[in-house]
Amino acid sequence: MRTLKTAFLATLASATLLITRLADAADAAIPVAPPVEPPINWHAVVMFTVFVAITLIITYWAAKRTKTATDFYAAGRGITGLQNGMAIAGDYMSAASFLGIAALVYMNGFYGLIFSVGWLVGWPIILFLIAERLRNLGKYTYADVASFRLQQGPVRTMAAIGSLIVVIWYLIGQAVGAGQLLHTLVPQISYRQSIVIVGTLIIIYVTFGGMKATTWVQIIKAGLLLGGATLMAIGVMAHEGFSFEKLFSDAVAIHPKHMEIMKSVVPIGAKANPIESISLGLTLMFGTAGLPHILMRFFTVTDAKAARKSVLYGTCFIGYFYILTFIIGFGAIVLVANNPEYVTDVTKSILALKGGGSMPAVYLSHALGGDLFLGFIAAVAFATILAVVSGLTLAGASALSHDIYANVIKKGKSTEAQEVLVSKLCVVGLGILAVLLGIAFEKQNVAYIVALTFSIAACANFPILVLSVFWRGLTTRGAVLGGYTGIFGSIGLLIIGPTVWTKVLGNGPAIFPYDFPTFVVLPAVLIVAYLASVTDHSESGKKERAAFDAQEVRSETGLGAEAAATH
Amino acid sequence: MSELSVSKIQNNPKYHDLVKQRDALAWILSAIVCVMYLGFILMIAFAPDFLTQPVSSNSVIPVGMPIGVGVILVSCILTAVYVRRANSTFDPLTDEIIQESLK
Repeated sequence: MRTLKTAFLATLASATLLITRLADAADAAIPVAPPVEPPINWHAVVMFTVFVAITLIITYWAAKRTKTATDFYAAGRGITGLQNGMAIAGDYMSAASFLGIAALVYMNGFYGLIFSVGWLVGWPIILFLIAERLRNLGKYTYADVASFRLQQGPVRTMAAIGSLIVVIWYLIGQAVGAGQLLHTLVPQISYRQSIVIVGTLIIIYVTFGGMKATTWVQIIKAGLLLGGATLMAIGVMAHEGFSFEKLFSDAVAIHPKHMEIMKSVVPIGAKANPIESISLGLTLMFGTAGLPHILMRFFTVTDAKAARKSVLYGTCFIGYFYILTFIIGFGAIVLVANNPEYVTDVTKSILALKGGGSMPAVYLSHALGGDLFLGFIAAVAFATILAVVSGLTLAGASALSHDIYANVIKKGKSTEAQEVLVSKLCVVGLGILAVLLGIAFEKQNVAYIVALTFSIAACANFPILVLSVFWRGLTTRGAVLGGYTGIFGSIGLLIIGPTVWTKVLGNGPAIFPYDFPTFVVLPAVLIVAYLASVTDHSESGKKERAAFDAQEVRSETGLGAEAAATH
Repeated sequence: MSELSVSKIQNNPKYHDLVKQRDALAWILSAIVCVMYLGFILMIAFAPDFLTQPVSSNSVIPVGMPIGVGVILVSCILTAVYVRRANSTFDPLTDEIIQESLK
């Protein structure tokens, strides 16, 4: 305990130094202690090492059982509904949603719940409309389904571009988070070293163990995260005498904005903006249903029935988890805010935490269970990043190898072994890219990442997938023009929107005044895809409409769907 | 999958029955989720005062909190409803259709 306190005092000193320099450079007379080398948080290091050791053993086990392309991309289609439900929850409960929602609640109170609700309601939609049909129609990527009866080249290229943009930006967010987290908790490891560790481990997991290793890493991590979050929530409720009323009134009393944390439906300090609220809501809901690493999970299960079950389990785990993060966020207001051990400078702000805005959940664990629990939660948070990055990397690599290399460049004539080799090379490439981008974006403002990834997923991947499965009239022209409208429309409006145009680029007032462009782009995509399809009188367009019957039979009955591997 | 079995299945009234039943359930449940969620979002956008009023005069808990948690719980319940119905009705029907197409 004493060592940790020294560590925190030292961090406090260096953080104060930094803040002083940044915010108050002129007032150099304030005396600050020189930075001292803080001791290592051994609990975190040991628990993290144990997790890595276990996952490497799993990777070794999985590697021996990964022989075919189906093993590599889809874990041999042998994952059960419950296992996949855990893995789905694991993919979705990223560090961004664990640390991020807790941090949103910590800063803004009730507002954080809007994100939890929005991120959850995408799941029933995935179940009702997508999950089983995806399993019945696809092989390895969602582009398989989108291009099922359309021209392979253009549709796959569009779908792969959509996937890759989502994957790469999601990766940047995770890599930056990993670097900051590990560096804050174990200051001996620099930001860059942290990111290199993450990059190396995920390259090992994914190239050797493929989807089998990725899935099991995800399942273990999901179990640890659900367990850890449950303990934290119980700890908070025990502290508050198991009364929600007391928890919330204590939080209101401590938080500097008091009742405003129960009254604000926008980030505290922001102006109410109905259109932005609606657009945010649409983005969260439909974006979930278009994330390539999530959609890929449905190819790992034995059949449509298992796909269906996995969404039920996944939704329940995620819903439970979001309710926990809400309790954790309010618990952090009560136990972490105003505590000089965690707060940079209580005289300036009782909320600003050492190590940055994503730390409330991590410090709450320390407030509840000391170094041991802090070590556990920190290791779990780091494991979360590793697992999510693995899933993302595999999804990105499969878009490159299965869609672009095997089906666009080689036009389906490459061998399975070639395809897997290319995929592994892509994993290494994406892993290195994630490390480089993570380092490049260290000091960048990455606040637009959620908006960017979810907008493209909601405006390009999701509508084209649904149209392709349900609407006979969709032709290649409609899918491609609609898809690119979604991709470039989202990117364009984000660049001229407030976060990038004003905050990141510093160009003054934004040309497009909303952070989330979905409410404009999604209808535009549907209109473009509709018009481009109905005006398509080409021979190939006719064939594509005629091929809908066979697609529908397979989609509805599963007849002809990819079978589970027998070994 | 041969063209023969596709046309066989398409001529099987059970297949159209399956598609009709499942699509009806899927779209109705999707509509419920969307309406419920859009209602929540529209209240956030246009009636925040309703959502942020306390549940009772001596409480700090805003009405929106149980509503938000309620949306999460109802979403979970509706996924369970769909899975139950699919397991009990759609799967046996699908099996029959496939068996009959192989004859």
